[in-house]
Amino acid sequence: MDQRVLNKLVESVSNTVKSFKKCEIECLIRLFQNLVKTDGRIDKTGIDRNTFQEILHNIFGMTDDMLMNRVFCAFDKDNDNHINVKEWVKGLSVFLRGTFEEKLKFCFEVYYLNGDGYISQEEIFNMLKNSLYQQSSEEESDEAIQELVDLTLKKMDYDNDGKISFADFEKAVKEERLLLEVFGQCLPEAKVQFNIPNSWAEKCKGAQEVAQ
Amino acid sequence: MGVALTKSAQWTAAGYGPTALEVTPLNEAILKEIIEFIENFLYNHPQEAEYVFAEPLEWKTNLEPSAFGSGYIVSETAVESKEVDNNGQPLLSLSVPHVQIRSFGQLSQFLFIAKDSKLKEAQLCVEANRNPVEKILGLDYNTIKEESSALRILEKLTKGDDPENEIKRKVAHLLYQLDLHLLNNSLKHISLEIRLNPVTVKNDIELLKRFSGKGEQTVLEFIEYTSDYEFSNGCRAPPWRQIHGEICYVLVKPHDADTLCLTCSSEGVFLNGGKTDDEGEINYERKSEVYKDLVTLLKDKSAKFSENMSRQELKFNEEHHKEVNQLSKTAKEEEAIPSNRSTSGSHRSTLEKNQINLVKSHMAKRLAPSLNWKATVDSKDRKSSFKEPQEEKHGRHEKTGTSFSHGRAQLIRKSVEKIEDIISDSSSESEEDEESPDHRQEANADLPSEYWQIQKLVKYLKGGNQTATVIALCSMKDFNLAQETCQLAIRDVGGLEVLINLLDTDEVKCKIGSLKILKEISHNSQIRRSIVDLGGLPIMVNILDSPHKSLKCLAAETIANVAKFRRARRVVRQYGGITKLVALLDCGQNSSEPAQLSLYETRDVEVARCGALALWSCSKSHTNKEAIRKAGGIPLLARLLKTSHENMLIPVVGTLQECASEENYRAAIKAERIIENLVKNLNSENEQLQEHCAMAIYQCAEDEETRDLVRLHGGLKPLASLLNNTDNKERLAAVTGAIWKCSISKENVTKFREYKAIETLVGLLTDQPEEVLINVVGALGECCQEYENRVIVRKCGGIQPLVNLLVGINQALLVNVTKAVGACAVEPESMAIIDRLDGVRLLWSLLKNPHPDVKASAAWALCPCIENAKVKSVC
Repeated sequence: MDQRVLNKLVESVSNTVKSFKKCEIECLIRLFQNLVKTDGRIDKTGIDRNTFQEILHNIFGMTDDMLMNRVFCAFDKDNDNHINVKEWVKGLSVFLRGTFEEKLKFCFEVYYLNGDGYISQEEIFNMLKNSLYQQSSEEESDEAIQELVDLTLKKMDYDNDGKISFADFEKAVKEERLLLEVFGQCLPEAKVQFNIPNSWAEKCKGAQEVAQ
Repeated sequence: MGVALTKSAQWTAAGYGPTALEVTPLNEAILKEIIEFIENFLYNHPQEAEYVFAEPLEWKTNLEPSAFGSGYIVSETAVESKEVDNNGQPLLSLSVPHVQIRSFGQLSQFLFIAKDSKLKEAQLCVEANRNPVEKILGLDYNTIKEESSALRILEKLTKGDDPENEIKRKVAHLLYQLDLHLLNNSLKHISLEIRLNPVTVKNDIELLKRFSGKGEQTVLEFIEYTSDYEFSNGCRAPPWRQIHGEICYVLVKPHDADTLCLTCSSEGVFLNGGKTDDEGEINYERKSEVYKDLVTLLKDKSAKFSENMSRQELKFNEEHHKEVNQLSKTAKEEEAIPSNRSTSGSHRSTLEKNQINLVKSHMAKRLAPSLNWKATVDSKDRKSSFKEPQEEKHGRHEKTGTSFSHGRAQLIRKSVEKIEDIISDSSSESEEDEESPDHRQEANADLPSEYWQIQKLVKYLKGGNQTATVIALCSMKDFNLAQETCQLAIRDVGGLEVLINLLDTDEVKCKIGSLKILKEISHNSQIRRSIVDLGGLPIMVNILDSPHKSLKCLAAETIANVAKFRRARRVVRQYGGITKLVALLDCGQNSSEPAQLSLYETRDVEVARCGALALWSCSKSHTNKEAIRKAGGIPLLARLLKTSHENMLIPVVGTLQECASEENYRAAIKAERIIENLVKNLNSENEQLQEHCAMAIYQCAEDEETRDLVRLHGGLKPLASLLNNTDNKERLAAVTGAIWKCSISKENVTKFREYKAIETLVGLLTDQPEEVLINVVGALGECCQEYENRVIVRKCGGIQPLVNLLVGINQALLVNVTKAVGACAVEPESMAIIDRLDGVRLLWSLLKNPHPDVKASAAWALCPCIENAKVKSVC
């Protein structure tokens, strides 16, 4: 891709994403280009679900398939089953540089699936299904998980309507930051958050030197 | 009593000079028995009481002749009894300090006269007459060998028939009975001190294991521990059970009974409530009587065991014969018992002999350390020797006083080997301070509902992935963790172990959640102790290196809570915690401009604050103070002192104040210009901060330059004005302390006078706690070195309360009061008041005070009194 197109793209993306420097955006776009492996118009293609899940697993240390799927959906704002370059940069800005409010919103989006704006008991149950080891029978395991669901509801469902609204979620997480990823990991591991910006900063520096 | 005295009583090591009885409970008991025997002799055996000893019992008494009453001819330095023998010699004669007594009747009366000091007299008597039987019955009995002394005496006595010999025989018999009685009693004494310890229990179990398995010949089907984990002290019981003396739990399956679940504790071995199937937990409640050891219990519970055990004994004996033989040779080398190893015919008898020796040598070794008392027993020693059975339970052995089983020869052999290092181990542990005893709930008391809820949460912690763990941690945090029920519930359901284990994982969220809980519950001293026992501190110290600031903060805060006792502080230091904590202080570099702090920097400040908090706790140990200084803590603390956050300042000043007890620190504090900031913070609104600043000034102001610095930075005025608020006694004590030390400089005194502080100080002479009074009086003592201030003190009516304080008992206070009174006495007018209030006599009486400083100070105070009194009398 020639430099002129790239610069233009960087310019347009940087208007919407403020948390990255321009050189960082450039890096991310180049990365995107490598991932989709296309020589065509970069703004017309996107990363498919499988590739994205691989990235989530390999770089960001996520393990739960269901949640990775949901993270993909949260990235894919226009629901076309592909993450285009703008969605890519935008999503990563929340992932890596997101403010607390952005992350809060992102996590809530990941956790509520059916789009009614609430996290229901069934959804919680599904998400926590695999969170206990060493249960002898399925019944016992279901019982234990239901108890765990009750615990979370007791803690987070402030208006006692049996489901968690965004207001509930916000209030609970503000009180206890640990509850941000309460139903499973949907943000990068803390150590990745520490390391990636540093490695990019180096790349960024390299890129600047090349440009000069 | 000859045998008892020579064998049982504990004599000080034979050496130069007269030997003496050690002051030990055993000896005391023996002496008491003897006294009782003698005292009742007159009533129980009136006839024998008149028996005249062959030789008088003679010793140096502490009794004065004046103590004797009727029945005695008393002169100034001598006493003779009116009761005489056939030749007209008195049966008791005392010429100070020697006393000679020749009959039980007189002995009995003598003890009666001695009243409270009879124990001492009895001891002196026994010490001076090492062989009383010989003196009482005559020299010829001394030649008789001990083994059959009584029999031979009887034999000899029955030959002659005259009435005197008849009585002599009875006396001999009585003495023999006393002897037996004493021996029995001392044996009871010794056997009372026997307890099980982890080593013996372990040896028993290991040995039984070797003879367990399938088949008819084995003693048991199996024997195994319930827990594989062995603590460093050799116990396997969880720490909260170890507190009850429990060592480990074992499952035993005898051939002819169901599986038994046993508790081995230092008290003995007993059946417990068994393992509950679903939880794997043990019901700790005792279900049977306590047996003295494992073998006894099993013999009682299983006939088959008993039977096979006796068979095993024979086999076992032969197997280990060689070992035993060698041991007994080395153990009892000095006695050089010939052990006949070559001839198989004498095999058994030799073995038996050796084993008896073994018991003896074992007993000797065992008794040596545990019954080792000091000659001076003050109350503190008594307390510690009372605690000894619990603390040094390792040091005890259970073997004496029990019939010696052949099969266990090996156990004893091992025990003998190990006993020495075990004892040295436990002595290093015994320096523990301020660890309060355990107030556990009774197992069968009603458990609060929180208990079950917390137990469920701990289950999730154990069996959940990160997500479930975080949810459980957050739910646990919602309990009222400040409440002791919840704190202990977490510990009792095994939650502490899990929480500490979580700290060792990679999951940041779990670590944060766990620390948030540990931070809260570590306010409880029992929890603190358990955390240290479970090895939580080294892990927390490691977390201090983490890049996560919130994690660092939580770890430091938890350490601050846990390091409230000496052992914990030592662990922090040993794992390099001090250096790491000091490094945390380095975070708040830009904190001098609080207005421009970004969120990021605020977190840095928070890290530094938590570091200071932990250092404050740690700085209570002398070695840690030094470690903080060596790690470069002082300049960092000085820099943090420039901030204006109260939260930060309190721990920083607290640490400095704690450390200022060290000379090195005081010099550094001066060099780092810390005084200036201390003075600045005296003006703070926060009472605690004011208190610590004043306290730090108090510590540092011994130094003249520092006193000047306090004045130059305008510290005297806030100090003087803080005197007016008397509600907060801690702060008042610190402020008056600072004023006292500052007023050693004359310029400062002048300032204080300007601020009317002297009048206020006089007002504080009444109705204040001692720690305030010491400082107030100290300050007045310094102020009164000047004429003008003496006048002020007198005019404000300060002399009366000062003189009133002369009757106190606090030494530090008395030193200061005498100094202040002495300073006032320089003034004739004040002197008149002191004289009128009888102050001179009070001062005089303080010359008898046991404390040399008080004596000296009182003597100095008397000088001006005498001088002024002279002036008066001349006039």
